[in-house]
Amino acid sequence: MDLRYTEAEQQFRKELREWLAEALPTLPPKPAPDDWPARRAYDTGWQRMLHDAGYAGINWPKEYGGRGATLTEQLIYLEETTLAGAPYIGVNFVGLLHCGPTIMAEGTDEQKREHLPRILRGEEVWCQGFSEPGAGSDLASLSCRAVRDGDEYVITGQKIWTSFAQVADYCELLVRTDPGSKHRGITWLICPMDTPGIEIREIRTIVGSSEFSEVFFDGARVPVANRVGEENDGWRVAMVTFSFERGTGFISDLVETNRMISELAALARKVTRRSATAWDDVAIRREIGHLQAEMDALWAMTKRNLAQAERHGIPGPASSVVKVYYSELFQRLTDLAMRVLDRASLSRDDLGGLPSGVFVEERLRSTSFTIAAGTSQIQRNIIAERILGLPKG
Amino acid sequence: MDFELSDDQMALQEGVRNFCEGRVPMQVIRVLADGGALDRDLWRELADMGVFSLRLPEADGGVGLGWADAVLVFEELGRALVPGPLVWTHLAAGLVPGAASGETVVGGIERDDPSRLVEHLGSLDVVLIVDAEGVWQVDAGALASREIAHPLDPLTPVRELTEPLPQGDRLAGPDTAAQLREQGAALVAGLLLGVAEAATDLAVTYARERVQFDKPIGAFQAVKHLLADMFTRVEVARGAVYAAGVTLDDPAVGSVERAVAAAKLTAAEAAIGNGKSCIQVHGGMGYTWEVDAHLYFKRAYALEPAFGGIDACADTMADLLAST
Repeated sequence: MDLRYTEAEQQFRKELREWLAEALPTLPPKPAPDDWPARRAYDTGWQRMLHDAGYAGINWPKEYGGRGATLTEQLIYLEETTLAGAPYIGVNFVGLLHCGPTIMAEGTDEQKREHLPRILRGEEVWCQGFSEPGAGSDLASLSCRAVRDGDEYVITGQKIWTSFAQVADYCELLVRTDPGSKHRGITWLICPMDTPGIEIREIRTIVGSSEFSEVFFDGARVPVANRVGEENDGWRVAMVTFSFERGTGFISDLVETNRMISELAALARKVTRRSATAWDDVAIRREIGHLQAEMDALWAMTKRNLAQAERHGIPGPASSVVKVYYSELFQRLTDLAMRVLDRASLSRDDLGGLPSGVFVEERLRSTSFTIAAGTSQIQRNIIAERILGLPKG
Repeated sequence: MDFELSDDQMALQEGVRNFCEGRVPMQVIRVLADGGALDRDLWRELADMGVFSLRLPEADGGVGLGWADAVLVFEELGRALVPGPLVWTHLAAGLVPGAASGETVVGGIERDDPSRLVEHLGSLDVVLIVDAEGVWQVDAGALASREIAHPLDPLTPVRELTEPLPQGDRLAGPDTAAQLREQGAALVAGLLLGVAEAATDLAVTYARERVQFDKPIGAFQAVKHLLADMFTRVEVARGAVYAAGVTLDDPAVGSVERAVAAAKLTAAEAAIGNGKSCIQVHGGMGYTWEVDAHLYFKRAYALEPAFGGIDACADTMADLLAST
């Protein structure tokens, strides 16, 4: 076991840090949260900057234009960009982390040529059409129907929780091609979002934001050539997509959680409660220290997962463990922040020059962490069934 | 960076596990629990395997390994519930003659420990006393004490000191005392990790076998989720415990104080939490003396306060956060 970074890894960190210090001040001001065209322009502009500097597709193989970095370098990349306050992957999330890797693994040569370079350059934005109102945790029960008509599929049905649908060029779409079977009746399609017969309705979240949409398909026609993998083999293709999330999946979330613990400690030292600061309250201080201990342990575990993935090609004890733990830890952190803020938590805007509003905002936003990308309950089922080998219920 | 066990470390881990499974299976542990006194033969065998001399240089009759290896060994000893003053004797190797070879059994206590309880005192040859000035040695026989009739952990007998501690012979200064505390905490964290794992294994095995409502109870989500949380606590603590070992060997990779506090805190919570869940999964049988679940639960609580409990670790983390 060795926790030292190699010379090459340290050099990578140094160059990246230097580049970030130069590049970040040149970014335009951040757009308003619900100005989706502006957000698309901002996020794709950043992606183009990464591309031109050689940092696009950090985990993509070189043959597809990526950097082909080692897992440790990916960890360093995510650590440094998060710490430097670089833009979040944003609207590029689905393209870079889901569809791109899926097309690399399962797409035709033509699909690869058409989409991969454009995703890397920030010229193509994707959204995900997986979940449906009737198919959430039980994703394989999806019913959005695709009927073959000559060299086209005719699609009728509904998707939900489609992030960035308003500004996406393409949708990775799971459709029902065989109603007679469950997992083996699903097909993975590339659906252009300007196809006639698609309607988008934004969903307003508890934060008031509108990143999610419902997407309605009413006889939308998609060429059969847009299919990735075989007809009725889409479940396997989707599982390939999920496997790319393993290893480095939640690292930027962990770095962010760690940063928030420091921010909370700093805030607690400034928040006054009657005669003393919140930090002078031993119960508060101890709870923050407790969270930091758990965070350090989780971070160490992530390094072990990376080492195992690098050595054996298989990630260590499952991304599910990381997902369950960090999402619940983050919620405990923001719960504590609300107590530290006391009555200042009535405001979602910053008060008294302190970064108070961000914690209130994160308390609301983090309720989604234990739901999105597999609820904590589903993650626990996965741990129990796939790792501990317990029987299915 | 490669935070994965080396082949040698895996072999070491397996070697100790095989020894424990062969020499101290649960039937033997049960006999030791009834006997009370330390099994000196077992102690010698542990010494022969290198449990105490592991980190001493080969020139001094040791194995020349590091803290990262030591925590792996202690994880296995914890898993098997091996009783005895393992941590203090390991720390004493190189300081107290005979500790490394298993001839001298060494325990210890903080001079200002308000409980005045010393684990395994009735079986000790030497007691180390740690205070702000350094590390001191006294003969165990010179300490006046009374036996506690009902110890929390049947495998951790304790005696209460009835007279003030003598000053003792000075073995080392304050720096060594501070190091011993950190090193002791890391080894206890290793033991706790092993306890947490063993409790998980026992509960998972039972949940696969025990049938209610015509199904193994492990098929019910309410039970599955308890088990998933047990596994999660183990894996998170494992990261911290191994990192503490590596950091003790190579302080250039981070703060030893911080790494040890994170390890001790998460391992203690894993062991206590998993001991509790192990009893819960066993239902009424978990409440019996016959099922081993209580032995893990009790050992977890017996080890938690050693070298700084959960709250002390959290306070350390907070102090370190404030200083950055």
